Amino acid sequence: MEDLLQKIPEETLKNIYSTMLRIRMFEEKIVELYPEQEMRCPVHLCIGQEAVPAGVCANLHAMDYVFSNHRGHGHCIAKGSGFKPLMAELYGKSTGCSGGKGGSMHLIDTENGVMGTSAIVGGGIPMGVGAALASSMRGEERVTVIFFGDGAYDEGVFHESFNFASLKKLPVVFVCENNFYATNSPQSARQPVCRISESARAFNAPGVCVDGNDAAAVYRASREAVERARKGGGPTLIEAATYRWKGHVGPEEDFEKGFRDREELIHWKGRCPINAFAERLAASDIISRRDMEGLARGIEKELDEAVAYAKKSPYPAEHDLLSDVYADNG
Amino acid sequence: MPWTRTYRNRDEFERAFPQNAGVRGLAYRDAILEATVELMEEDSRVFVMGQGVDDAGGVFGTTKGLHERFGKGRCIDTALAENGITGIAAGAALCGMRPILAHMRVDFIPLSLDQIINHAAKWSYMFGGRASVPLTIRAIIGRGWGSAAQHSQSLQSILANIPGLKVVMPATPYDAKGLLRAAVKDNNPVIIIEHRWLYDHTGHVPEGPYTVPIGKAVVRRAGKDVTIAALSYMVYEALLAAEELKGRGIECEVIDLRTIKPMDTGLITESVKKTGRLVSVDTGWRECGIGAEVVASAVEGAFGSLKAAPVRISLPEAPTPASPALEALYYPGKKEIVYAIEKMVRAV
Repeated sequence: MEDLLQKIPEETLKNIYSTMLRIRMFEEKIVELYPEQEMRCPVHLCIGQEAVPAGVCANLHAMDYVFSNHRGHGHCIAKGSGFKPLMAELYGKSTGCSGGKGGSMHLIDTENGVMGTSAIVGGGIPMGVGAALASSMRGEERVTVIFFGDGAYDEGVFHESFNFASLKKLPVVFVCENNFYATNSPQSARQPVCRISESARAFNAPGVCVDGNDAAAVYRASREAVERARKGGGPTLIEAATYRWKGHVGPEEDFEKGFRDREELIHWKGRCPINAFAERLAASDIISRRDMEGLARGIEKELDEAVAYAKKSPYPAEHDLLSDVYADNG
Repeated sequence: MPWTRTYRNRDEFERAFPQNAGVRGLAYRDAILEATVELMEEDSRVFVMGQGVDDAGGVFGTTKGLHERFGKGRCIDTALAENGITGIAAGAALCGMRPILAHMRVDFIPLSLDQIINHAAKWSYMFGGRASVPLTIRAIIGRGWGSAAQHSQSLQSILANIPGLKVVMPATPYDAKGLLRAAVKDNNPVIIIEHRWLYDHTGHVPEGPYTVPIGKAVVRRAGKDVTIAALSYMVYEALLAAEELKGRGIECEVIDLRTIKPMDTGLITESVKKTGRLVSVDTGWRECGIGAEVVASAVEGAFGSLKAAPVRISLPEAPTPASPALEALYYPGKKEIVYAIEKMVRAV
């Protein structure tokens, strides 16, 4: 067995693989069904980026908080959300995780610590730091993970929030999924440096850059960061370099529209995080190819059931239009 | 009732002491501090944060000494990062705490509108009621001494436009304490806008816990000829105007709106049905302002009773000037209210 994998429990490796596959197949199901125009909300797919949520969340407990963004399906699935409430939310149904009021960009699963996903870039970052402040004030051993992209690093609120988290040594891990594009604007057009993780030094906190397509590397870096946070050592900034295969929004690739180079996409598809991990696990006899196929069949069945559930679920009722604007004070 | 009368300072309160026998007078600023202390004592989830909350001044005295009493862990001085800090407070609220975020000036709220409007206000609805943000934000309107364009704004109408937010503007010490308590106990984001010129105002404030309901206006003075719907500091100007007009044979009913959102339109229309005339008096601007909402509520709810076109008294459509000469022209007060009402009543 190769060195890196040797240091990770087999069960964890299997879970990471399974999580990545669940995310990929969930997203591919959307690609397949989106043309039916029954999912009537914008979808921001994370195909190509699965190793980051899978590797990070393998270190978390259900009670740990996760804050996520508009590209949040993978984060919810990795944190333990079931397909049914997620799929039903995409279909705008009352059985959706947000009762049909959020859509793809606004997912929540408080039982699994997912406290909501914001579609204002960077907007979830301070809320995640606030969650960490809350658990720290209560003396809990709870860690908060905040997922965001390289676009959020452009926002002032990232720097405001990281500063506070480091100052107060809060139990939070900042995970920047650097896919090198904010919508269609490349990182080089927006930032004078390419290593986002290095900015952590300015806030007297550790920063680490990892290959975001290597789930084992993501797992190990985030394990260290999560342990540090849980022990009161404060925040870490993890930059995971990765690439989204689809366009910013929608189920299609975007090179034909001229947004990005086809060569670039081909290069990154050759670095598929799931294929690479599968090869390593198979070579190390951790999961056989046959078991992988069995796993995929199980996920496919679960997805079909989730789609059927979502499609047959009722839409929100008329009275739901004006409910939940304010929380009850009862 | 004693708390319907408020005095501009402690001297006035004490001069009128025969009327106030047996009641405790407290300044507005001290009423806020007392409410905060009581809330922090009774609920470990309550904490205070904001720039300068633990300094010697303690946000004009309203947070003074909290850090000594409850520790710096519950009275958190913060960086000048209004949007981030607001989001941090919102996140803590989302995850079970009851933060009170204090801003020295309303003018700093625009820096944090993303977290207030896009996040705190939306979290309940956007997630189908699965989560809520019980966040209290205090912000103070400045006025005078050349505070100028960026330290004296009244931005309540921007906030009142947003579903999911509640906005209150207490005018009396009694309400300052009761509405702050109600805000912290509310499961939604509540913004409390205080006026710096009210801080020395003294009135009866009971010791111990009580709340003033959010969403309820109150009649401060009954009258049959004209309804004046005022808010915050302008309630006093309205009461002064009403007193003067009484001498000229015009009886004004003065309503203190107390809550801007959700507005107690029922009390406004009920009063207008009686008087047939309406003047709104706001600390903010006219266009799309609170006065517009007050007038609309009367037109919608008491159209047939109106004997004259309603009048809005508000700031002129310009930022606040610094020069004392211009400042004096800028702010309307008793004189403008009296003039508007005389004109309105005599015209009929």
